[in-house]
Amino acid sequence: MNDMTPSQTSAATREENKPARQDAALLPPVDVVEDTTGITLYADLPGVPRDKLDLRVEGDQLNIEAELALPVPQGMTPSHAEVSRSRYRRAFTLSKELDPEKVSAELSHGVLRVRIPKAEHAQPRKITVQVR
Amino acid sequence: MYRSLFPSDVFAELDRLQRDMGTLFDYSPSIRGIGRGGYPALNVGSTPTSVEIYAFAPGIDPAAVEINLDRGVLTIDGERKPSLPAGDEKTTLHLNERFDGRFRRVVSLPDDIDPASVTADYRDGVLHVSVKRRESAQPRRVEVQ
Repeated sequence: MNDMTPSQTSAATREENKPARQDAALLPPVDVVEDTTGITLYADLPGVPRDKLDLRVEGDQLNIEAELALPVPQGMTPSHAEVSRSRYRRAFTLSKELDPEKVSAELSHGVLRVRIPKAEHAQPRKITVQVR
Repeated sequence: MYRSLFPSDVFAELDRLQRDMGTLFDYSPSIRGIGRGGYPALNVGSTPTSVEIYAFAPGIDPAAVEINLDRGVLTIDGERKPSLPAGDEKTTLHLNERFDGRFRRVVSLPDDIDPASVTADYRDGVLHVSVKRRESAQPRRVEVQ
């Protein structure tokens, strides 16, 4: 289990960080579950070590960028490839009630789990009725 | 001969065009490479001394995977438990693209492999099986007397 905090970038610098042209990348399959306190996202990123994963919250965007790093023996010639690219990329737009400051993530056995809690004001509250 | 009819730049240009189109729509023939072809996706490669099989199987318990080699056929059997919590009224499943359940993939290996020397490891969600080729089948340099 690796815990990490996604890097925060303000919306103003978003344009500068983007490479001029992005190469096509694999689209990782995801599960997204919402409960009353937040959203949990699971993404399959097999072959990605922790240091090759780049998880960012930029403005209202959650960006997942990851690079495959397989230890391949020298002089190997591929004969069959179902995974033919070495990058994963996927982006999500966060809605207003989610709190991008409190995103937490862990990567384990090639599965990325991202937890995005809802902002305090968007959490359900139980209102007690006063009896007089 | 076919290639000589076209300047090599044409291929480079087509390749670039295809890449650009893929980026434009964020979709290309292999973009759904994982999931569509079955779980786990397989890559196979070979070296002069071994055959290497990579199964992209994230989120499994490596102890519960069964790898069998029988008469040159490698079988990978296992199960991926659903990681989602049991649904109740308060949770909503917005996207459900990841595979769960039992899986089985079969690879036919070349004739010259040595069934006795197979190693497997699981790292970052990739199951890597390495099968050595037989000593006698490996290329040898013959000295001229």
